[in-house]
Amino acid sequence: MSVATKTDKIQRLAELAATKETSTGASLWREAFRRLKRSKMAIIGAVVIALFVVLAIIGPYVAPFSPTAQTWRGEVFPNRGEFVGMRGENWFGLDHLGRDMFSRMLVGARQTLLVGVVATMIGLIIGFVIGGLAGAFATLGGDTGKRIDSVIMRFIDIMLAMPSLLLAVSIAAVMGQSLTTVMIAVGVVQIPVFARLLRGSMLAQGSSEYVLAARSLGVRKRRIVLSQIIPNSLSPVIVQATLSLATAIIEAAALSYLGLGNPDPAIPEWGVMLTQAQRFFDNAPMMAVYPAVGIIITALGFTLLGEAMREALDPKLRG
Amino acid sequence: MLRLVVRRLLQLIPTLLGLSVLLFLWLDRLPGGPASAILGEKATEAEVARINRALGLDQPVYVQYWRFLKRIAELDLGTSTQTGQPVWDEFVLRFPATVELSLLAILIAVAVGVPLGYFAARNRGGWLDVSAVSGSLVGICIPVFFLALLLKQVFAVQLGIFPSYGRQDTGINATDVTGFAVLDGILTGEFDASWDAITHLILPSVALASIPLAVIVRMTRASVLEVQDEDYVRTAEAKGLKRSVVRTRHVLRNAMLPVVTAVGLLTGSLLSGAVLTESVFSFGGIGSFIRTAIDGRDYPVLVGFIMFIALIYVLINLLVDLAYSLIDPRVRVH
Repeated sequence: MSVATKTDKIQRLAELAATKETSTGASLWREAFRRLKRSKMAIIGAVVIALFVVLAIIGPYVAPFSPTAQTWRGEVFPNRGEFVGMRGENWFGLDHLGRDMFSRMLVGARQTLLVGVVATMIGLIIGFVIGGLAGAFATLGGDTGKRIDSVIMRFIDIMLAMPSLLLAVSIAAVMGQSLTTVMIAVGVVQIPVFARLLRGSMLAQGSSEYVLAARSLGVRKRRIVLSQIIPNSLSPVIVQATLSLATAIIEAAALSYLGLGNPDPAIPEWGVMLTQAQRFFDNAPMMAVYPAVGIIITALGFTLLGEAMREALDPKLRG
Repeated sequence: MLRLVVRRLLQLIPTLLGLSVLLFLWLDRLPGGPASAILGEKATEAEVARINRALGLDQPVYVQYWRFLKRIAELDLGTSTQTGQPVWDEFVLRFPATVELSLLAILIAVAVGVPLGYFAARNRGGWLDVSAVSGSLVGICIPVFFLALLLKQVFAVQLGIFPSYGRQDTGINATDVTGFAVLDGILTGEFDASWDAITHLILPSVALASIPLAVIVRMTRASVLEVQDEDYVRTAEAKGLKRSVVRTRHVLRNAMLPVVTAVGLLTGSLLSGAVLTESVFSFGGIGSFIRTAIDGRDYPVLVGFIMFIALIYVLINLLVDLAYSLIDPRVRVH
């Protein structure tokens, strides 16, 4: 190879290394955001999520009554099937213990959001570390790295071999009933999903030209992974995190339906409220409908935004 | 083909070993432990030590693990603390019910979902497309047990069209041959028993089908949209093949590939959903038994059943991968 072509090549690689990292990354996100703003799905999803978050923050302060005080105890007789529906002061009626349903819904939003967010964070952070390590070993670790990667992925496959709800059930059953258990159980279930996604995305980035360029320029492997591969592999993970918030809220409700939820009946949480209400479904269906609709709308908000983000970030749709 | 099967079966070994380690650790961590379960609260230390020695719990961990593996190989998972029966027997007793339920659910999901997704894609942006897409988004977001409760309340309690619980009316004295209620009725000629079992299956399987249906509609739609713009579809049309032939052989067949994979992955959510729907309808399958096992903290049953389900899930996905390579000749090459 002549000296001229060699310097040519180095020149080209240097240009690639210099331009790809920042300019493409930023414009991808900017372009995605621009497309997101035009998407009806994204707008609806974002509005729903914003309302839900506002509700979770201010709920306890604006609730007209105490969510736990059994103020109208004497008016509700679950045994005889006598309940109180919507009326002047109690907009959503009363629950089986004579508590104001509207106030419980307002206050319950916070716990529901908390369960969803904490569970997703657990799955995201642990999954990110595992997937990131596997991805780093697989792309830049050579043969030994590939072997380490396949051991890690075998472990992830084992976790994936358990149906998610049942994995959560087994964790919750061993750990005992509490809100923390629910968060951990629902979160652990998400770990393999995030790990696989990040690793797969990193593998795709690992064979790209800019990584090759950075390597030939002698950039340290750790830096390539941290400042180039990972930032460029993030988009599917962020989409998944949004979608996982919906799943987490629904799975937390399922766990409490199975009797593994938050055992403290004083703290209102939509999943627990729905579970308690199902006993009285014959006579007071609305008691179950309010929390159920709350869960469905919230989950829908996260799903809509997540799907819209997926479309906005899809490289195939970039124009 | 044979090499693929052998390779996948070999890959199954580390997965199963991993599962067994998890199972072993889990049984080891269970609160209480067998000694206190046998002796009760007032056990003295000497008695606990004696029981532990009798059960081999004083041995090193690897010896315990080896013995544990041997026990598993003999399908000995201990006995249910609720019924006193071996876990394996309880499983065999209830498994057919869940299989019937899941099969019908996946049948509903495929039979409705594939055509719906296909026509939604063909009429992209039309009312059918919009309602199929938004319907499937809602379908994913409804908690399965709430949908089951709703269906039960409306169609069983209020309208009385379907029975609200169980697998079969107790009045019907059906002969038990295989444990599959619908099949038994056909085998023995007791068609009324079969029919009764089917009516019991409809509501729970519709509830159970909701998530798979939503996923299949969206997968099929996305897949058809992608395939119908492919070069080979244009070529087929250009060389004058009949529209119907192009649609079925070129578009639909290729569009089905990701859907087949999805069906395999959906068995996981089916088995999870079965726990919820079965307990709403008191349907006597593994799902509702897991529910009662949770309530009664029946750990041997929980551990055993969940492990069986994981194993079935892995096997189904193996079968799906094999089916995939039958449908798609391109996969076979590798």
